[in-house]
Amino acid sequence: MTLLSVRGLSAFYGSFQALFDISLEAEEGETVAVIGANGAGKTTMLRTIAGVLPVPASAVRFEGAPVGGRPAHELVDRGIVLVPEGRRIFPSLTVEENLRVGAYRARPGRWTLARVYALFPRLAERSRQPGTNLSGGEQQMLAIGRGLMANPRLLLVDEISLGLAPLVVQELYRVLRTIAGEGTTTLVVDQNVSQILPLAQRVYCLRKGAVSLEGRPAELTRARIAAAYFGV
Amino acid sequence: MTVAWVDTVLQGLLLGGLYALFATGLSLIFGVMRIVNLAHGDLSILAAFLAVVVVETLGLNPFLALVLVAPLMAALGYALQTLVLNRLLGQGILPPILVTFGFSIIIQNALLETFSADSRRLNPGGIETASLALGSGLAIGWFPFITLAVAVLILVSLQLLISRMSVGRAFRATSDDQETAELMGIDNRRLYGLAMALSLGIVAVAGVFLGIRTTFTFSSGPDRLLFAFEAVIIGGLGSLWGTLVGGAVLGVAQTVGAKMSPGWGILTGHLVFLAVLLLRPQGLFAKARRSA
Amino acid sequence: MEPARFRIERTTGASRGGLACAGLALIVLASLPAWGGPSSMRILVEFIALLVLAQMWNLLAGYAGLVSIGQQAYVGLGGYALIVLADDLGVNPFLAVPLAGVITAVFALPTAALVFRFHGGYFAVGTWAIAEVYRLLIANTPVLGRGSGRTLKAVFPLARETREVTTYVLALAIGVVALVAVYAFLRSRYGLGLMAIRDSEPASETLGVDVFRTKLVVYLGVAFGTGVTGALIYLNLLRISPDAAFSINWTAYTIFIVVIGGLGSLEGPLVGTALFFVVRELLSDYGAWYMILLGGLAVGVMLAYPRGLWGIVAERWDLHFFPIQRRVRLGEEEFAPRPPAR
Repeated sequence: MTLLSVRGLSAFYGSFQALFDISLEAEEGETVAVIGANGAGKTTMLRTIAGVLPVPASAVRFEGAPVGGRPAHELVDRGIVLVPEGRRIFPSLTVEENLRVGAYRARPGRWTLARVYALFPRLAERSRQPGTNLSGGEQQMLAIGRGLMANPRLLLVDEISLGLAPLVVQELYRVLRTIAGEGTTTLVVDQNVSQILPLAQRVYCLRKGAVSLEGRPAELTRARIAAAYFGV
Repeated sequence: MTVAWVDTVLQGLLLGGLYALFATGLSLIFGVMRIVNLAHGDLSILAAFLAVVVVETLGLNPFLALVLVAPLMAALGYALQTLVLNRLLGQGILPPILVTFGFSIIIQNALLETFSADSRRLNPGGIETASLALGSGLAIGWFPFITLAVAVLILVSLQLLISRMSVGRAFRATSDDQETAELMGIDNRRLYGLAMALSLGIVAVAGVFLGIRTTFTFSSGPDRLLFAFEAVIIGGLGSLWGTLVGGAVLGVAQTVGAKMSPGWGILTGHLVFLAVLLLRPQGLFAKARRSA
Repeated sequence: MEPARFRIERTTGASRGGLACAGLALIVLASLPAWGGPSSMRILVEFIALLVLAQMWNLLAGYAGLVSIGQQAYVGLGGYALIVLADDLGVNPFLAVPLAGVITAVFALPTAALVFRFHGGYFAVGTWAIAEVYRLLIANTPVLGRGSGRTLKAVFPLARETREVTTYVLALAIGVVALVAVYAFLRSRYGLGLMAIRDSEPASETLGVDVFRTKLVVYLGVAFGTGVTGALIYLNLLRISPDAAFSINWTAYTIFIVVIGGLGSLEGPLVGTALFFVVRELLSDYGAWYMILLGGLAVGVMLAYPRGLWGIVAERWDLHFFPIQRRVRLGEEEFAPRPPAR
């Protein structure tokens, strides 16, 4: 069934319009890729879905119900979890505490601290260290693990490979594959098109706040994607 | 002669317990919400006056009155935060300072109108004068000792709450990064209400204990805020145990100063505070803030 | 593409009209000794004193972002400096008023060195702690009259009417100079820097604004102005004591006046001071209630109309009697800066 349905979504920062009439869908169990250049509006779109930016109620539907504009903490209860751009690890908390705080709403599900540690052994080794002592790649793992602790129905990952070395990125995509394999619906934003396309069942390309291309990765050529990405 | 000085220092340390109680509530709010509640002292005096009312109408012992007053003040704190102070979030540092200052003046004048300028005191029926002899002519009052014990108990409990419990993690996460905390499902507004409720509950204890220890009037509030502030700064921001030490240092400074010259007690405390500010501005036990 | 033609405008229609009105008001006020009685002069001195205190605090908090609740330190220091200069050092009491301001500013320097270590709410409490230190130090100093204070004796040789009229004229002069000085400063390059700091400190630093120095200059200038006003107040009252001179009420009145009238505008404190006097007169029989009402009003205004009463007027009708904004006229169109969205 369609888990997430975005229709006619426009978003503003003050009087500046960042998103123009965006429409997007994610079926349950799918991995959806959102690509686009810097400033295209990808992060803004994720933030509106996650409840950080105010939008009209009907613009975002989750499990059929209008959830646009609901506050972020309420949406976590429904199972919409955002792994934010830049990781945003809590410096005053240890690795383990960062994970535990992800489970603040105590949503039932398969993800427990033990399973997250199994997925990310390096986190288990560093469980007592302050969260920000980790390397960039480890922090991204921590951020994803933290998101998983909320047992999401819809996992939104923003700029998963930003600033990370290729080897680390490969590792992260391996993890994403595992998570997707469990049936979690994921919406992944990344500029790393080559890594994300093989993983996704559907891809949207954003340019200047609007959808410039959508479709199944298998049906799209590189040329078409590049054209939509850069607008040439 | 030295016994007199040891006694003075001892009294100062015990006084520090009371100051630590005042300081803890202030420090908690600042740690979680970055708000300095300028009405902090006046709220403790409000609690003391509420206790007076309870004692006079129900004939209860002040300690028992506290059992009624503390939850009442906590509820007031929750209401204050969620109905008023939460509306000022994200507007910068000016509004909370001005609004809490406004509350301070309102509370003082309302207390003046309601209770007149007479000074009051809470009478727990004898324990405030009982003392424990320590030998060599030294004695400590039971009540100051109890105050210190209660202060330590509250500090320990708060420390446990913050470091072990889910709510405490939420406090720290929100203090670090308010927006990301929301992404964890933390409702910041309710959390702030909880923090304020906790703070005012502790402040109620401080106020009632103050009222037992000494006389108070409608205008006693501001000094409490000052001493709380000084204790926090001397001890160091971000450290609960530092608050206890800060309170002790301040208490000792005041008692020693008063012993040297009667009008110089409080002033000596201020001067020690200024000295710490000059020589070690981060306080004695400052926790370095790690940035992301 | 041809560069657009533009003009920078600094006056508004209202300001030109306002200037005319202000001139008229000044003439009327200056002639008051001729037709008004001593009590009206005394009230006006008080009005001007509170107005200047409000303008000073507005400059400090509303523009420089330094929220001080310890300005009473400088009221007290100014008052005591007056007594020492006039009674102990034989300076002409009226000349001593501006001198008292200078002495106050001298004390403000080490004070700033201490309080500038704090920021935000802790800065506020720090300023108040220092005010308390000054109060207690003076209350423990025998030569300054200890807790009971002192009386200004240097004016005794003067005839009562001469003293009252001279005090009044001095107050008028101080009021005009203060208003002009604040206005001129805000319209100057430094004022622009100050408003940039208020909006964003890091950004203004990158643009070359010396944040620390600007704030310090403003702090010292405000201390001077507050000290002069303190001296004026006690020249008017003739009797000073530490509890009165260093009372937090000076700060309370000032804050309420500025908040209700309008923070961050020059017209706001004027509106606020007028309102303060009206409320005080109306509720004079009800003891502390006028403070409760003012406090409640201030809190309410802060919650609902953060720009104060004048802010409501200015936004609604785009009225600026003391314009400090620079408007860009592009061709025929006008672009006025909008206040930052809250």
